[in-house]
Amino acid sequence: MAEASAGEVLLRLRGISKRFGAVQALSDVNLDVPAGHVTALCGDNGAGKSVLIKCVAGAHEPDQGHIYWEGRPVRIRSAHDASVLGIETVYQDLALADNLDIVQNMFLGRERLRRHVLDEDAMERAAADTLATLRVTSVRSIRQPVGSLSGGQRQSVAVAKAVMWNSKLVIMDEPTAALGVAQTTQVLDLVRRLKERGLGVLLISHNLNDVFSVADRIAVLHLGRMVLEDNASVLDRQIVVEYMTTGGLNMTTTGPSSGNGAVDHGAG
Amino acid sequence: MAPADPGSGPTGAPPAPEVEPPVDPLVDLTAAPEADIPLVPAGIVAQTMGEYLHATTLRVRSGESGMLPVVLGLVVIVIVFQVISPHHVFLSAGNVVNLFLQSAVFMVLAMAQTFALLLGEIDLSIGFVGPVGAVIAVQLVQPSTTNWPWWAAIIIALAACALIGALQGTLITRLRLPSFIVTLAGLLIFNGVLLIVLAFGPFSGYPSLSGSQPNVRALYNLMWGHISPLQGWIVMAVIVGALSLNLFLRDSRRRRSGLVAPPVGLTYLKILGMAAVGVAIVVVCNLNRAAVGTLEGLPWAIFIVAGVLGAWTFLLQRTRYGRYIYAIGGNPEAARRAGVNVNAIRTWAFVLCAFTAGIAGLLYASYLGGMSNNVNGGQLVLYSVAAAVIGGTSLFGGRGRAAHGVLGGLVIGGIYNGMYLLGLAVQWEFIVTGGVLIAAVTIDALSRRGTVASSTVRF
Repeated sequence: MAEASAGEVLLRLRGISKRFGAVQALSDVNLDVPAGHVTALCGDNGAGKSVLIKCVAGAHEPDQGHIYWEGRPVRIRSAHDASVLGIETVYQDLALADNLDIVQNMFLGRERLRRHVLDEDAMERAAADTLATLRVTSVRSIRQPVGSLSGGQRQSVAVAKAVMWNSKLVIMDEPTAALGVAQTTQVLDLVRRLKERGLGVLLISHNLNDVFSVADRIAVLHLGRMVLEDNASVLDRQIVVEYMTTGGLNMTTTGPSSGNGAVDHGAG
Repeated sequence: MAPADPGSGPTGAPPAPEVEPPVDPLVDLTAAPEADIPLVPAGIVAQTMGEYLHATTLRVRSGESGMLPVVLGLVVIVIVFQVISPHHVFLSAGNVVNLFLQSAVFMVLAMAQTFALLLGEIDLSIGFVGPVGAVIAVQLVQPSTTNWPWWAAIIIALAACALIGALQGTLITRLRLPSFIVTLAGLLIFNGVLLIVLAFGPFSGYPSLSGSQPNVRALYNLMWGHISPLQGWIVMAVIVGALSLNLFLRDSRRRRSGLVAPPVGLTYLKILGMAAVGVAIVVVCNLNRAAVGTLEGLPWAIFIVAGVLGAWTFLLQRTRYGRYIYAIGGNPEAARRAGVNVNAIRTWAFVLCAFTAGIAGLLYASYLGGMSNNVNGGQLVLYSVAAAVIGGTSLFGGRGRAAHGVLGGLVIGGIYNGMYLLGLAVQWEFIVTGGVLIAAVTIDALSRRGTVASSTVRF
């Protein structure tokens, strides 16, 4: 089942490096993603966030380093490998077919059959159950085409599609980037519910409002290096912004865990 | 580097923060369904007729008009031509059957084209691929040359069409060539092939289906044969009974398990409607429609069209293959990421398109009583696109059904037939058909815009 005991490290990255030609996209990156928590991955454009999640999602294979899944070393060579482990990624474009309805989208590629014919009843029941446990109840009908949904609803459908398959870790790439205020709240609530169900969530976001409202842990990438990884409760916006933009704190005496002095420093 | 203690992260930060103790997932999961059942909106389980009508109105207004425009269009065509045709002959039994036979080729060709249109592609070659299949069958059954049994000739003809479709489909998907160009080339190439095959044998380019030899008769009867009035009643009763039972069982099963289902009244209405249409078809076809002697009974062509319609509706709506066609038409990237073998699905769609065109070609040969070099394949293929689009299939991929082709084919056949009855020349038929096509594609484009607009408003 999806609920691993909260706090257990689901995904552990050690020394991940990835190079594209002359560009060192990631160098020696470590990251822990625990179950039942939201881990936010922040960083400026080109910091390597996308490359890192693609390494976990199976789109890229790292040149060096190890990926541990629930304590075991694993290799993730394809999206299929990732989904077998229980890792699902919700990309920014959501990958939904507008002309198909919610049920059809949630089961796309994994349709249930009964005597070689689509088992619509079973799929509809399962989709309705998943949406109900995630409390996605604002849709008019689960048989309406996804094209008629709002941005937040579409994001919810994409997330529900991802968690449907006993997934343990959901990676979300900029889930609120295109959304208005109300829709953003809706999606962040959904992220919290994933966490309550014991799933690990790795959230890629630029928006520090979102990050601080849902994240338990915050990791910051800067030019392919992991420059900060700590509990959200001991960080604040200024520190994170400074790490994102400069890769460290300008005041030499402050560390991330004691960094109250950096607040006034205001580099961002 | 496997961790001995999974609870503590090597960076020194304790992974379980004390700030907010996570809710016990077991408690949450058991609590959630009870709390959520009342929140499920009424639209999901619309059970009463009023709610259902309301939901349907909303759907139509948000751009999913489906078959509504074409059905309304058909009603208008029927009323207009019935009123203005001389002696109100439009709805006479003879003319209705005649109209259906005239439309049958367009209907089947439009169903063929639907496979390409659903993918957002187009197959321009079917206007001559179908006739190539037809001429192969017509040549093979000729008693003075090959004298094949009719069924073997049909199998070879349809296999040849499917092979042509596989070739074109492979070029389009593997080499990533645009379907418009590949099939445009196909239109020319198979026009040439048609002329070559026509020239075989001692028929000086006009192999015919006249004569009493049983194999030749069998092909001729695809369009012109009919069953006896009694057989008609029996067959129609079986078909309507089976469809009604299936519909009733499915709807009541879905209602029992609380899934999206039409209200009970609507299920009965649909069954009643099917029965009424079935009875009407049989009654009309069983009237004597000959000026001299007797000519009555359901034409075979009805069953051929209905068979193609049933098979492709099942394939598109009930099977995984059909679902993937819609998914690729809607968002190929989403389908690819979901693990769908996009190239295989697309290639097979072109195979099915050409295969269905072969069936249309056989009907065409039967209608003409043979094959000759005055096949207007260009016009046939344009009518196939027009019929599908008039019926409600989108040119932009992802939306459409086999039934749209049948309804659109009826519209085109109706206009053709009505204009003929009025004694108007063919140019007026072209102009009116073109106008209807413009209207249909406008509805398609507007409804797409409507869908987008309504979603942005809520956004």
